[in-house]
Amino acid sequence: MIEAQGVVKIFGGRTILHGIDATFETGKTNLIIGKSGSGKTVLLKSLVGLYDIDGGDIHYDGRSTISLNRKQKDQLRREVGMLFQGSALFDSKTVEENVRFPLDMFTDMSLEERRERANFCLQRVNIINSNHLYPSEISGGMQKRVAIARAIALNPKYLFCDEPNSGLDPVTASVIDELISEITKEYGITTIMNTHDMNSVFSIGEKIIFISEGNKAWEGSSDTIVDSGCQQLEEFIHTTRNIVKHLK
Amino acid sequence: MFLLKPINHIGQYTLFLGQTLRKPEKWNVFGRNILAEIDKVGVDSLGIVTLISLFVGAVITIQTANNLDNPFIPTYTVGFAARECIILEFSPTIICLVLAGKVGSNISSEIGTMRITEQIDALDIMGVNSAGYLAAPKIIAMIISVPLLVIYSIAIGIYGGYLAGKFTGLVPPDDFIYGIHFSLKPHYIPYSLFKSTIFGFIIASISSYCGYYTKGGALEVGKSSTTAVVISSIVILMFNLVITQLILS
Ligand SMILES: Nc1ncnc2c1ncn2[C@@H]1O[C@H](COP(=O)(O)OP(=O)(O)O)[C@@H](O)[C@H]1O
Ligand SMILES: [Mg+2]
Repeated sequence: MIEAQGVVKIFGGRTILHGIDATFETGKTNLIIGKSGSGKTVLLKSLVGLYDIDGGDIHYDGRSTISLNRKQKDQLRREVGMLFQGSALFDSKTVEENVRFPLDMFTDMSLEERRERANFCLQRVNIINSNHLYPSEISGGMQKRVAIARAIALNPKYLFCDEPNSGLDPVTASVIDELISEITKEYGITTIMNTHDMNSVFSIGEKIIFISEGNKAWEGSSDTIVDSGCQQLEEFIHTTRNIVKHLK
Repeated sequence: MFLLKPINHIGQYTLFLGQTLRKPEKWNVFGRNILAEIDKVGVDSLGIVTLISLFVGAVITIQTANNLDNPFIPTYTVGFAARECIILEFSPTIICLVLAGKVGSNISSEIGTMRITEQIDALDIMGVNSAGYLAAPKIIAMIISVPLLVIYSIAIGIYGGYLAGKFTGLVPPDDFIYGIHFSLKPHYIPYSLFKSTIFGFIIASISSYCGYYTKGGALEVGKSSTTAVVISSIVILMFNLVITQLILS
């Protein structure tokens, strides 16, 4: 379980997050939703420690992150996997080298064992026979799946995903969503995923946090989201639905 | 007020260097990265260094010969002057300015692209010291490669001068060879190599820094690589003056 307590983030005098409280549950796909620019990425990067927060605290299963020293932080990072908006694969490395990278850096496994583990993770995301290709040689959907394989290589306890299905066609997007949801269940991971896609909310959302202009405006589950009683959230869902209607 | 920005950068650059100097996560990965970088920054620069050294060596010789047509000055002086010029300034400084353009922009755009595509965030998340992982092998590779490239450039430059003297008939080969042995000051070579080692460090560290702190998109990657070349060139010229003043006078 990850708990955010009054998380504040300021960039150059502008307050982006105004004290966010939220809990993200173990073994569940926790979603952070909100309009583009509402602060989802900043919140996720603050939770994961890429940004130093300017107020509040974040607890990882009871471990308060502001009181950890650098060594303990590095230790905690070994338990964290992250998917980025643009997949963030290393473009100078092949698919297999990308997945093997965390193993190369942080384990004492033999090359044989590392290869085996990398192949296991690649198979888990249904990537076969692409080990020697470079990220630029595979499709966007495949890149996202390789990124998932890399994120789970070290058996993380916490998985962070920043709009993992943005820029993908709807079919591929739902494949990525399902994959993340399955892996979360399979390994009992605490998964936190950013999205502005209502399809993800209804298909894999378990716990949902709605962010509006840097404030938590609503918290609940996908069953209760339709009659949330929160005006901003209703507008958000409504606009998304209208867009879908126009498409039809 | 305009002084605040450079001072800010110097502070951030110092912190950045401190971060790159931390112990690497895995020594064997670190070693392999250094070798790969030597291949990229050193071996891949051989072509341009050969070309420039050969031609500039030739031109220095021809111009010196044309300007020394006084019958009281012996022709071997041309070989002597060309040697001094190549060892002291051309090879260590001009070649490093060229490398600042070629290698510096390369380093900065590579790291800058990694920044804007969140590859650096991916490293940080894993608990890899991204500054150390990316910049340290490049800095070490430059410190090793640049002095070797400079020695090579000195040899090629003098050879270019020899060929030019021979084929234009301005300096007979025997005179040129006598000239390049004439009044050799042995400490000039270590001075030249010392200078170029410093310049190699300047190019790699400043370019890595510019790339690492790129913000924005593809346009900014281009901008920071231009900044990297300009700033490393200026710093090289400043240090050149300081080092020359301190060591040779
Ligand atoms: N590194 C940064 N420096 C300054 N402002 C930032 C930075 N990152 C994000 N912001 C600002 O924070 C706000 C929220 O951004 P973000 O979290 O990326 O939104 P989104 O919900 O689309 O992910 C935006 O107004 C953005 O301009
Ligand atoms: Mg975002």
